[in-house]
Order: sequence, then structure tokens, then C-alpha cells
Amino acid sequence: MSTTTLLLTMAACGAVTFLIRLSFIAFGHHLPDDPRLTTFLRYVPPAILGALIAPEIFAVNGTPGFDLNNPRLWAALIAVVTAWRTRNVLATIGIGMLALWALQAARF
Amino acid sequence: MLDSSTIPPSPRAEFGGGVRAELPLLLGVVPFGMIFGVLGLAAGLPGWAVVLSSSLIFGGASQVVFAQLWGAATPPSVTVATIGVVNLRHLLYSAAVADFLRGLPWRWKLLLAYLLTDEAFAAALPRLRDGPVTPHRHLFLLGTGFTLWAGWQLSTLAGVLIGAAIPAAWSLDFSIALTFIALLVLAVHRRSDAGAALVAAAVVLPAMALPHKLGLLVAALAGIIAGLLLRRFDGKKT
Repeated sequence: MSTTTLLLTMAACGAVTFLIRLSFIAFGHHLPDDPRLTTFLRYVPPAILGALIAPEIFAVNGTPGFDLNNPRLWAALIAVVTAWRTRNVLATIGIGMLALWALQAARF
Repeated sequence: MLDSSTIPPSPRAEFGGGVRAELPLLLGVVPFGMIFGVLGLAAGLPGWAVVLSSSLIFGGASQVVFAQLWGAATPPSVTVATIGVVNLRHLLYSAAVADFLRGLPWRWKLLLAYLLTDEAFAAALPRLRDGPVTPHRHLFLLGTGFTLWAGWQLSTLAGVLIGAAIPAAWSLDFSIALTFIALLVLAVHRRSDAGAALVAAAVVLPAMALPHKLGLLVAALAGIIAGLLLRRFDGKKT
């Protein structure tokens, strides 16, 4: 696709993101104060993150597949435990990467 | 106003307080920015577009998704809709800070909305919510927002510049998945949160075969619906 398409698509993505951030700051008194909206929004982050993580583990080369010899599967599980125990993003990234390198080096 | 013995913090002190509150978070943001720079090139975006996306879109997860969708020749309308859903959580941040920014001139509302990211929000909320009500407290949010913005621009630029030199065998792309894993674990407080994530993860793999790269949108919606349906299995607390 062309440079123009790339620029326009990126600008549109930026505009959508900006309008979401501006919404309540600028137009709060016109927007519904509905607890159902908050309930719905609550599930957006876990759903999005779950959908972003799965292909990074199970479809590294583009085709989904489940394989117990997949080092990313075990490194991800170690990362989940690390995040759960430490509540620390950096520790999760560090230990997860070390786990992946160790598993790859061991020709898992 | 406060009593005469307490002088409200100066504008400079508020801004500086925001900068200091944000700096520790840069430890996680700078590596992410550099990896995004590397990843954006690998996905097929030109270097200038990777750098430009950091100021035009200015959202880590959504920029990663943008690069992946662009690399897969996704129709622009699907890309824009997907980015919208990925960033929908910012509605909550906007609602949470709106009260503190009421009465500010428009130019301040526009600027602070542009700078309203996960990390800037997280670092500024304690000051805005629990600190004294002063005329310059929005400058604290400007301090966190600007610090994150500058760190993000520089780290993505650095990632683009060194990107070609990093061997693919290092599997550095996995650190993005690890960032998402950490954020997900921190976001899960109830069984229904975990249910939403697991259903979205299970749906996205077969949904990758859907035309026009609609898989991520479909999986996210499936996860949200699953979370709403699973609410009845949550405990009574919170």
C-alpha cells in the first residue's frame, strides 16, 4: 500500500485514540454516567491482552499450533508466575527472557 | 484557599513532582519503546513511519498492533477499528481525570488528553486524587505525561536506529508478549477477568484465519462478552 495510505491510516488511528482520551475530559457533561459502561470497559484490557498474547506464543511463524516442545509456552508460564508473585513488570520481562534463552540454549 | 501557613506548590514544583513520579516507570517504558522500534521495522514499516507513529498514535500496545496489521496488508478501516478497541480503556482514564481538569482552558484539555497514557495516568492519579486542591495541580499531570512522551519518542527512535543490528536469534520480540503478560496479570482481579482473557486467547488463534484481519476484533469482543457472562461466578467482594 502507498505512503499516502500509510499516513492517512496512521493519522486516523491517532485521531481515534486522541478522541477516546479527550472524551470525558472535554465532553463529560454530555456523556452518560452509566455503571453498565464501566462494567463493559472493565473487560476490555484483559480481553485485548489475552488476544494479543496468544499469537505471540502459539503462532510465532503465522500459523497457530500447539506443541509442548514450544519454548515460548514454558517461558510464558514462568512469566505468569513471576508477574503473579512479584507484581513487577520489569522482573517479569527479565525472568521471562532469561527463561526463553535458557530453554532455547538447551535445544528444548 | 488553604490557610495562610500552607503555601500551594509553585507551578514549577508541581511539574517537577510529575517528572519525578514518572521517572521510575521509564525503566519499563524505554526497553518497550526500543523493542517497538525494532519490531516496527521487522513488520515492514519504514523507519520514519515507526518514529512518526510514536507521536501520532502515542500508545505502546496500539502501535505494536498497528505495525502488525500494516505488515499483514489489513484494510485501513479494520486497522482503525482495531486500534480504537485496543485503546478503549482510555475512556476510563479520561473519566477519572475529568473532574480534576474541569474549568481549565480548552488548550490545556486538548494537551493533557493527548498526553493521557496508562503510565502518565497511573503516576499522576495519587497526586490528583489525594493531594491538595491547588490551581496548578494539572501541571503534575503535564509532568508525568511529558516525561513519558519524551522517553517514548527517544526510545522508539533509538530502536529504529539500532534495529538492524539486533540478531533475530535473540528473540527480543518475545519481550513485548512478556510486557503484555505482566500487564494482564496485574489487571486480573476477579475470575471473570481471567475468563475474558482466556476466551479471547482461545478465540484469536482460529480467528486468525478470518478475512481482512478481523481476528483480533472478534476475539476481543468474544472475551468481553465472556467476562460479562462470567460475572455471576465472581465472589461478592469488589
